[in-house]
Amino acid sequence: MNCAPKNGACKTSVNEFRNRSVSPRVDILEQANEYLLLADMPGVKPEDVDVSFDKGELTIHGNRSTGRAEKRDFYRSFAVSDTVNAERIEAELKNGILTVRLPKVEAVKPRKISVHG
Amino acid sequence: MNRVLSPLGTFLNEVNTVQEDLARLFNRVSPFGATVTGPTGPHLSVWEDEQAIFVEADLPGIDPEKIDVTVTEGNHLAIRGQRPAPEFDGATWVRQERPYGEFSREIGLPALVDNDKVIAKYEFGVLKLTLPKHEAVKPRKIFVKSGETPVVSPTICNPAL
Repeated sequence: MNCAPKNGACKTSVNEFRNRSVSPRVDILEQANEYLLLADMPGVKPEDVDVSFDKGELTIHGNRSTGRAEKRDFYRSFAVSDTVNAERIEAELKNGILTVRLPKVEAVKPRKISVHG
Repeated sequence: MNRVLSPLGTFLNEVNTVQEDLARLFNRVSPFGATVTGPTGPHLSVWEDEQAIFVEADLPGIDPEKIDVTVTEGNHLAIRGQRPAPEFDGATWVRQERPYGEFSREIGLPALVDNDKVIAKYEFGVLKLTLPKHEAVKPRKIFVKSGETPVVSPTICNPAL
């Protein structure tokens, strides 16, 4: 939200947004070459999910448009360290689970060093 | 998969509040404000119209064939199943919030339903049930005959005379 913190009107809209958004539960796993982030987003269609990365912050946002359940958005953001290759982040939504793959930059990947005799 | 207890460190730090998550992890808050504790089950939405009761259960990432839905005594619904833990070769946990393992939820339905006609669908990680109400409890339209008094002669109205 780009607005002055003391702007009353903006504050209201932020609060409204918080009231109708819920932060999804996530699992984060680390593998040799990448991190995996799994988020529960039941009722969200693949076309209604938005994953963005800006200034070191990963934001996941899903709009629940299906069904009768309360129309709440799933929203959560994470600060991501610079060991992640931001250009190669990939995301997939299947059966209400969002999977984000965050590949590590080459420099931090484990590397086998061969020892010459 | 190894479980690492204190590894979060530098990688992913939460930006928004975790207060809500904590509340959700440790309590279930009912719509009436009372806190309900106990085994976790899926979140449910239940509503009805004249013909049927509808139930939606949030069950992301579950094989629909492994969800067990039963209706007993016409008004007792049970949803049971198992959610597998994520499996990735050689992965270690950095954070684990999503529940896995067995889940079950049992509720009493507000009306008797027809067990044989229950329809269950699974889409986008949500189980959707349509439970048609039993004929006996469906509202029935009663036709009211016209209250107009037919034009009759007194002799027909009083046949004894």
